Amino acid sequence: MTTNGDITYRVVPVRHYGRWVAAAVIAVFGAMVIHTIFSKVPTGQVACATTNGVRSCHGVMEWRFGWDVVFQYFTSPLMLKGLLTTIELTLMAMSIGIVLGVLVAIMRLSPNRLLSIPAWIYTWFFRGTPVYVQLLFWFNFAALYKVLAVGVPFGSAHFFTFNTLSITAYVAAVIGLGLNEAAYMSEIARAGLISVDEGQIEAATALGMTRAQTLRLVILPQAMRVILPPTGNEVISMLKTTSLAAGIGVIELTGAAENIYASNYKVMDLLICASLWYIIMTTVLSIGQYYIERHFGRGALRNQPLTPIERLRRDLKGIAGKMHTTRPGVVR
Amino acid sequence: MTELMVDARNIAKQYGAIEVLKSVNLQVKRGEVTCLIGPSGSGKSTLLRCINHLEKHDAGELFVDGELVGYELKDNRLFERKSSEICESRSEIGMVFQRFNLFAHLNVLDNITIGMIRVKGLSEDAAVAKARELLRRVGLVNKEASYPSQLSGGQQQRVAIARALAMEPKLMLFDEPTSALDPELVGEVLEVMKDLANSGMTMIVVTHEMGFAREVADSIYFLDQGVIEESGEPQQVLSNPRSERLQNFLSKVL
Repeated sequence: MTTNGDITYRVVPVRHYGRWVAAAVIAVFGAMVIHTIFSKVPTGQVACATTNGVRSCHGVMEWRFGWDVVFQYFTSPLMLKGLLTTIELTLMAMSIGIVLGVLVAIMRLSPNRLLSIPAWIYTWFFRGTPVYVQLLFWFNFAALYKVLAVGVPFGSAHFFTFNTLSITAYVAAVIGLGLNEAAYMSEIARAGLISVDEGQIEAATALGMTRAQTLRLVILPQAMRVILPPTGNEVISMLKTTSLAAGIGVIELTGAAENIYASNYKVMDLLICASLWYIIMTTVLSIGQYYIERHFGRGALRNQPLTPIERLRRDLKGIAGKMHTTRPGVVR
Repeated sequence: MTELMVDARNIAKQYGAIEVLKSVNLQVKRGEVTCLIGPSGSGKSTLLRCINHLEKHDAGELFVDGELVGYELKDNRLFERKSSEICESRSEIGMVFQRFNLFAHLNVLDNITIGMIRVKGLSEDAAVAKARELLRRVGLVNKEASYPSQLSGGQQQRVAIARALAMEPKLMLFDEPTSALDPELVGEVLEVMKDLANSGMTMIVVTHEMGFAREVADSIYFLDQGVIEESGEPQQVLSNPRSERLQNFLSKVL
């Protein structure tokens, strides 16, 4: 190919043979895993049938992973109800966790020791004890106090009383998971708040904003960029931690699976069924997390990064181009 | 109405054991431009930040527009002002920072309107109209949708000036507004500041730009080690420095 005395060379990329071997090994291993997951094994039973007067028998096979049972229960009313409870618990516990966590973080950063020390103690206590123990604690709270009442400190007049025996497993789970989460969220929020440049606060102050306005309009929106990725992790983590509520008798997703296999002994099948639901939900959350982070990243980078779909499109174009790359040269 | 916009008498300020300001006096008349010069660490920025109460002075009296900054004098006692009152006084004083400090999460237009809407309570339409007018004034008409990170330093500083002007301040404080800029961008910011000075704005400028000080300032104060060594008209201070320290300083920066 010569144009105007110049020549165009074809570029031959380096061949990475080691990578090809590694990729082949992994591909074979992956194929084996997929094969065994979707294989059938003999049950030991024999089924016989007579067709056209001929009697024939064969061994009965079943899915190793019990896929028929998994999908039989996948959308069963009990599992769907459990799924809904799991989503409810996650939403409520995270709401408590985020609101209380941000509050604790703000207290922790206060110059007033009477605010910062209690905030520190809160985090210290709730991070320092296992969440399952905390769930049991709230569930059995009535053993400590029969009633909770709001009234005059140290006095006897009460404006409002609450019978702690009415704390159900569900309520105990929401309180326990929420309070525990607030301890972790407070550390995440604190990291976000202190990541905002001091100059931003000075600029807001110099404009005449109050401390509350500065926090709400300037600091928090910028802290979000730092707070969001770990918060996304916390939501995903919380979704799965709600399974501990099964331990105090809440029939969420895991509890529902347990209840079903307690009667039909299909333990693995139902655990797989529950796991499928968990993984579907975490996948949806991860995608949502990506786009929310993108939204709050505005202004931090000169150019927004491509979305995965945009990147895929670009890469596909790139691969087609890579097959035959050429570059211009000069005839010598 | 007093003739003085800023009247600082015997202002002192300490950080721990370090005396940053030792009995400083500063008088700024309405409509005048005052430049504070001096080596780094001399207390220029601290003095500037005391004027809008970003820093609390430890001793002395500081009046802005005839009112004590941060305190109220009643029955021979100084009552600390409520934070809402301090916020209100701050909103009447514009400040421009060395590092621009534009709100990174807001675009140019929102940076300028946020103070007008949230602090002064203007309607969004009025704020946007005012912001566009200011962007025209600082020569950044087509940048209103950009984020600060997409602008050059000089452009960011001009937006910062527009943001401060949006509050219709009676006094503008500039804390080394060109020190973080590439040399070729200094001119565009100084140009905007000259325009502002010519429009009659009262300005206090901490600066190392002696050319600007000579051309624009009505008076210059030279600070060194927390003390005002010398002050007066630019001609006198810059061309006929009396103290040895100022002579030394000028020989380094000119």
